[in-house]
Amino acid sequence: METKELICVNCPMGCRVSVTIEAGEVLSVTGNSCPRGEAYARQESIRPMRILTSTVKIDHALHRVLPVITSKDIPLDMMDAAMEEIRRVTVDAPVKMNDVLIENLLGTGADVIASRSMDRI
Amino acid sequence: MKHYDAVVIGGGSAGLSAAVTLKKQGIENIIVLEKDGETGGILQQCIHNGFGLQTFKEQLSGPAYAERFIDQAAEAGVEVLTDTMVTHIGADKTIEYVNSTEGYAKIQADAIILAVGCYERSRGAVEIPGERPTGIYTAGQAQRYLNIDGYLVGKKVFILGSGDIGLIMARRMTLEGAKVYGVAELMPYSNGLPRNIKQCLEDFGIPLYLSHTVTHIYGHDRLERIEVSAVDEKRKPVPGTEMYFDVDTLLLSVGLIPENHLADEIGVVMNPRTRGPVVDENYMTSVEGIFACGNGLHVHDLVDFVTMEAARAAEGAARWLKNGSSAGRVIRTEAGSNVSYIVPGLLHTDAMPGNVEFFFRVTRPLDAGEIIVRSGEKVLRTLKKKKLMPSEMERVLLTKQQLTGLEDNLTIEVKETE
Repeated sequence: METKELICVNCPMGCRVSVTIEAGEVLSVTGNSCPRGEAYARQESIRPMRILTSTVKIDHALHRVLPVITSKDIPLDMMDAAMEEIRRVTVDAPVKMNDVLIENLLGTGADVIASRSMDRI
Repeated sequence: MKHYDAVVIGGGSAGLSAAVTLKKQGIENIIVLEKDGETGGILQQCIHNGFGLQTFKEQLSGPAYAERFIDQAAEAGVEVLTDTMVTHIGADKTIEYVNSTEGYAKIQADAIILAVGCYERSRGAVEIPGERPTGIYTAGQAQRYLNIDGYLVGKKVFILGSGDIGLIMARRMTLEGAKVYGVAELMPYSNGLPRNIKQCLEDFGIPLYLSHTVTHIYGHDRLERIEVSAVDEKRKPVPGTEMYFDVDTLLLSVGLIPENHLADEIGVVMNPRTRGPVVDENYMTSVEGIFACGNGLHVHDLVDFVTMEAARAAEGAARWLKNGSSAGRVIRTEAGSNVSYIVPGLLHTDAMPGNVEFFFRVTRPLDAGEIIVRSGEKVLRTLKKKKLMPSEMERVLLTKQQLTGLEDNLTIEVKETE
């Protein structure tokens, strides 16, 4: 039996969560203050998942880049590949918040969406 | 001279929340003055997620959080002037500003809400010896270049200070292909949120050097190398512990300071610890009719609290506009043992408008503590809490009944417990 101390990254509270693992099975999770903490701790022990945020190039807008975010967690070990995909994208203004820019990023089931709106200039 | 019931200076998270709340309170004739080309403030460059859990019960990126308030302000019909820099305010509540359409202009307000935000401590403030090459940025400046303007400021990076912006930038620059060699923190503990140590440093194998600082800068034109040394308990570099990193970029994440040039000019009383104005339970400063909120009042770690605080300041301003100043006894709040500051700083205990939430920070990390609120010897509230960190703002609520009629100053202290 092994006990891991984790810091939940779901929100800025940063709960310190203890996970007890035996033979790859999560036996118990303690220290979390919400259900998301437990889900995080279980997933973290198997394959860490994270939200990815970045920017893509945008034409005809106030700024040169548009902030983007994955619609849900993707595996932490896929970040570099995901960034490569995101870097290929250029969008044309106008863009609305939550517009899908990349569907099903690398088969993760997560979309890359615009994290804000930007008008056409 | 154009007249407004209330003028909000700053269109970031605090200013937008204040403006929306003023409208809700029936104060219609208002305007927001914003120096940047759009509203939203610093949130627009904070493209990472984790905002809004308290306010919206979901995890938003900074720009998404900002957009909700930009939309609310637009729906409420809030008038906004962007690209407009306020150059002076008067105790008579005149406001002078400049922009490219009007040139210089002067307007009259009944009430002013300062929602001016904060600025980053710069290299000069930490006095690193050595040469003066290019390649040294504050973390927030590098963040703006990358996330708004689309330029990566360097490829080989070291970060001084473990503030949250520095940690966030360590991850962001790593994802963009830069190599981040490490983060040095002068104190024996991190100044960032624990989740950011985890997901920004540990996730990417970036070392955190606690009790270390940058002791020398090398490079003629561009930064070429830095020297990092361990420090002793008195925060003095220990000879013989020098490490060298060949980097082209040094980011500074060494603290934020409320921006108070406007308030300073008219003699608004400041709290030397927060470096923001001293305010009462209505968020009014020492100058009648001038209110303060957000990072310009004291530096927050969560935007949700900025939003909440700005709404309270706007409610205070609305009350003042309708009823005038609070009369009667005034007591002060005093930071007791292990507490560095308390906001608000003054209370009119004969005219409490409602419950008051006090914001404070501890001076050092405590594994467990008992928060004690008392007026003189009379204990009003005690609260046990685990893991108190200077980087995490604490809150304690007292009811209107508890506060009404208090005669002795209100002290908040934290007793270390087992």
